[in-house]
Amino acid sequence: MDFLTIIQIGDSTIRLATPLLLACLAGLFSERSGIIDIGLEGKMLISAFFSAAVAALTGSVWLGLLAGVAAAVIFSLIHGLASITFRGDQLISGVALNFLASGMSVLIAQDIFAQGGRTPSLSGDARFASLDLPFAEALSGVPILGPIYSDMLSGHTILVYVALLAVPATWYVLFRTRFGLRLRAVGENPGAVDTAGVSVKRLRYGAVLICGLLSGLGGAYLSTGLAAGFTQEMTAGRGYIALAALIFAKWRPWQALGACLLFGFLQAVSNRFNSIDLILFEIPNAFVLALPYILTVVILAGFVGRAVPPRAGGTPYVKER
Amino acid sequence: MTKMPRWADIALIPLINLALALLVAGIVLLFIGQNPVEALQIMVRGAVGSTYGWGYTLFYATNFIFTGLAVAVAFHAKLFNIGGEGQAQLGSLGVALVCLAVPWPHWLLALPAAIVGGAVFGAAWAFIPAYLQAKRGSHIVITTIMFNFIASSLLVYLLVSTLKAPGMAPESARFPEGAWLPSARELFASIGIEFSRAPLNVSFLVALLACWLVWLLLWRTRLGYEIRALGHSEPAARYAGISPPRIVIIAMLISGALAGLMAVNAVMGEQERLLQDNVLGAGFVGIAVALMGRSHPVGVLLAAILFGALYQGGAELEFETSVPRQMIIVIQALVILFTGALDNMVREPVTGLFLRYGKRKPAPGTPAE
Amino acid sequence: MAAHDDTGRPDTAAPAIELKGISKAFGPVQANKDISIRVMPGTIHGIIGENGAGKSTLMSILYGFYKADAGEIWVHGARREIPDSQAAIAAGIGMVFQHFKLVENFTVLENVVLGAEEGARLTPSLSKARKLLKQLSEEYELHVDPDALIQDLGVGMQQRVEILKALYRQADILILDEPTGVLTPAEADHLFRILEGLKREGKTIILITHKLREIMEITDTVSVMRLGEMTATVKTPETSPEQLAELMVGRKVLLRVDKAPARPGETVLQVDNLKVTDSKGVERLRGVSLNVRKGEILGIAGVAGNGQSELLEVLGGMREGRGSVQLNGQELDLSGTKSDARTRRRRGIAHVPEDRQREGLIMDFQAWENVGFGYHDDPAYCRGMFMDNAALRKDTERKIEKFDVRPANADLAAKSFSGGNQQKLVIARELERNPDLLLVGQPTRGVDIGAIEFIHQQIVALRDEGKAVLLVSVELDEIMALSDRIAVMFDGSIMGERLPSETSERELGLLMAGISDTSREHSIKEVEENLAHSGGKVMT
Repeated sequence: MDFLTIIQIGDSTIRLATPLLLACLAGLFSERSGIIDIGLEGKMLISAFFSAAVAALTGSVWLGLLAGVAAAVIFSLIHGLASITFRGDQLISGVALNFLASGMSVLIAQDIFAQGGRTPSLSGDARFASLDLPFAEALSGVPILGPIYSDMLSGHTILVYVALLAVPATWYVLFRTRFGLRLRAVGENPGAVDTAGVSVKRLRYGAVLICGLLSGLGGAYLSTGLAAGFTQEMTAGRGYIALAALIFAKWRPWQALGACLLFGFLQAVSNRFNSIDLILFEIPNAFVLALPYILTVVILAGFVGRAVPPRAGGTPYVKER
Repeated sequence: MTKMPRWADIALIPLINLALALLVAGIVLLFIGQNPVEALQIMVRGAVGSTYGWGYTLFYATNFIFTGLAVAVAFHAKLFNIGGEGQAQLGSLGVALVCLAVPWPHWLLALPAAIVGGAVFGAAWAFIPAYLQAKRGSHIVITTIMFNFIASSLLVYLLVSTLKAPGMAPESARFPEGAWLPSARELFASIGIEFSRAPLNVSFLVALLACWLVWLLLWRTRLGYEIRALGHSEPAARYAGISPPRIVIIAMLISGALAGLMAVNAVMGEQERLLQDNVLGAGFVGIAVALMGRSHPVGVLLAAILFGALYQGGAELEFETSVPRQMIIVIQALVILFTGALDNMVREPVTGLFLRYGKRKPAPGTPAE
Repeated sequence: MAAHDDTGRPDTAAPAIELKGISKAFGPVQANKDISIRVMPGTIHGIIGENGAGKSTLMSILYGFYKADAGEIWVHGARREIPDSQAAIAAGIGMVFQHFKLVENFTVLENVVLGAEEGARLTPSLSKARKLLKQLSEEYELHVDPDALIQDLGVGMQQRVEILKALYRQADILILDEPTGVLTPAEADHLFRILEGLKREGKTIILITHKLREIMEITDTVSVMRLGEMTATVKTPETSPEQLAELMVGRKVLLRVDKAPARPGETVLQVDNLKVTDSKGVERLRGVSLNVRKGEILGIAGVAGNGQSELLEVLGGMREGRGSVQLNGQELDLSGTKSDARTRRRRGIAHVPEDRQREGLIMDFQAWENVGFGYHDDPAYCRGMFMDNAALRKDTERKIEKFDVRPANADLAAKSFSGGNQQKLVIARELERNPDLLLVGQPTRGVDIGAIEFIHQQIVALRDEGKAVLLVSVELDEIMALSDRIAVMFDGSIMGERLPSETSERELGLLMAGISDTSREHSIKEVEENLAHSGGKVMT
């Protein structure tokens, strides 16, 4: 493998890791507050559709982004309504929302564009343009580090950098602010938060809204940054991979970045090669694609460090005597 | 404290939930410029207005009975088996291997063998998540989701390599004729009734049998008693000498086997070869069916027929109007949402009404502390 | 003790708390009926009543945890609406719940600050809180390491954190709900000293308890609740334990159980060096040895969380252990598949578990299904792999009649019975098996007085039939009344064995605090140090 290939794979790793990272951080906020969210897939999908659709109709990617995020936030609110207000089953609500996104996106796409459940191809201002980091041009000549900076790190769309900046921001919010303290507390013992005079519902709704916002960004990136338009089921399980990354990272932001880069890397590798030839045997592409899932199961099995989720996760809060 | 008559719990509330789901679906249809009443007519006519419609409706229902029972059995042990999709995929592999391995002389011989093949493969795929849940506490929802993806990768791989039949498409060779199941048309023809050409086949009877067996299992056997006891309280199960890991594994094996049986209908009964995606979301429909049917085999049967009609009606709707098939997915999502996640939205007011207007039997005082 | 002196404040001063006509119903159950109460500032006001009398509900309403159906709350002479805990805190009310409301993987400091942070950024809040916490802990003798994780602290320490939380929020009215349930007598004494100190500083304290001794020892005024109603409020010095007991129960109670002296026979249960390690790797039983003979009741006393539950669970086949347990001279398996509850039952061990709602019954199962619970593979209830539901139902109807379970309806779900009747179902099921050994945990927790007597009689009757009984209870009174021998557990070990006739509550209390040399005087500090390391956990 030559250096150029490595740079290219690195570049596409970052691209592919971005939607995973945004969704993973979205899930982190939600699950840290005690609301399990297997509906990340659905939120990304509905946002991917609405961003692409509005971008196609208005020609403005920013309006598209707004619409996508709004759609994901509405989905989050439904999830909140089911799991916070009506104390329903969070898993079932997540499953339902995934289906809702899958059906609605195609239904509306067909109604508006009549192109078999997709939006028209986006171009120009309807897509996110790539940004050059400062001095990218100038530094490209420097050996090794030059290409890494200018070809791998530079030249992505703004949402990529937003996603990367969201990692330290999440860390700061979670561990250095009042909101973060309360958020972590409500995911561990909502009774403690309630009796301390803080509204459990409001906190959890807050977390769920942030979750909607971040997964909305992730979805918008898929259809207006990574691809040029919406296609049916374009999330292709990324919401679940993000969930896997979250477990892999044990619900911590920096580790989430690592896990998403790893899973992004696996995707990048399987996109580039049909199979990986390891001299003695060949690893089929299907295996590389399944690797994130297999790794997650291994982690969950506790063979490589145990993943202990927030204690109150999945259980609706009912005041008890 | 539920002070509601039983009929309200098992019939009224699910029906209100269903009505709400359909109402919202109707609004969605209005939104995309369709007349919901007309759409409903088309769907009903398409689903149950002819033997052709029934043939498809009950064919889909057969799939959903198996996957619905799978989810229901797991629910009784308080396990959310979201992996019906993957288990059914593996079941299809099992059925296909059985059908391809032997030049079957007659379907009556092939059917029992295929049932075993589908059940064993489905159960085996459920076993790993079950084992990890029972022995290592790995959350079964997440592991079964992961196993769905792994199953689909596995099938993709097998159908481009080992099992691939000559030709372009990634699919297996066609099953021998002795492994083709008689369709409803053939069965009805033998007693002189004309039935349209539709994929409904003898597996429907297997599904009915499965409903009865699951009922027997849950409410009449010791094992069923143990499964339900564990589902209500794990410490209590341990107190009663019921081994939670053992029951978790057994319940999941049964669940996986039921999901795997779906392939008897879909793969052996209709496609007669192994395709890359032969489950087509039926594993997930099983969740809606089990929720709707309150995890009772009779409820599952009725809900499966309802969803079968929905799928067939939805296909007709796509054919006659510009509404895509995805309308079914939307309705399915709404049914899961209203019956599963938003249940309390309906239940609480209804319970309140019964408390206020229902004939109140003096309830024995429970301690207030 | 200076608890009984009058505070000198005239009764005309505005009460710190006044409740007027509070009512609250949960579905058909009326938890509070038209309750009025005045709590004067700077006093310790006890609220006493049986389990289920509605004390905790009333206080939860005061703390904004529940909304009353009717009634008014007045704080320091002003009417307040208290819709949530926030409002209660703003009104200067603090509450220490029976089950602590702490985040286990947070530090003490983080728990104290939670909900009372200064600003959006955490660091300044924490450093400010650290100073204030130091000040408070010196002022009130509430020493706790601010950087310790809650999960590493013993119960007594965790309770201090709860009190500090309230003080940090500048509460001047402090409600404590059954604060001594998880404490030893010595620890409780220390708590009372803290409360005295708080009172001297002018704080008002409401103490909820069902223990008469505590009321008499520390309160200035006491209100009695029964069946959701406030039956009386009296000045403590002007009443007696007997009068309070009568007010609580509504009739004269027999605090002693009538029983003939035991005539123990040969050994039924022989336990040697039994050890249990829990899932976190903590040793919960550290080599317990004991024996129970035919025709006697061995009582295990101890503060909740010192290994009694684990002892019952190991003997009952609910968890694995190491060491040796013999039943009628035959070794029992302590691990592997033959160590389960099913095998234990077949060997003649019956088990009335500590928590009937979590373990002893399936609350959603009907009474008849519950009567087969644990014995569902008994040939009498089975036909092959199928259950014989008719036989089970018939047997249930017989048991319901014999044990006077009300309502006498075998088809009712377990959750529809009252606590006492649920317990009768469990007792009926276990005692009717005619076991060689009966394990009983907290037999009368949450059970009404009438049923308590009945249950005690049944246990004694089984003993008189020549069966062995192992009784675990955190109620020292119950242990003293029922046992023929008493073993005290502390931190997973048996501290000593005593005969009820030759011991005192004081001596048992010291043993419960882990001090085996009961002859010499011990400072409270020593007791506390022992407890701080015991890591006893709150029962949930």
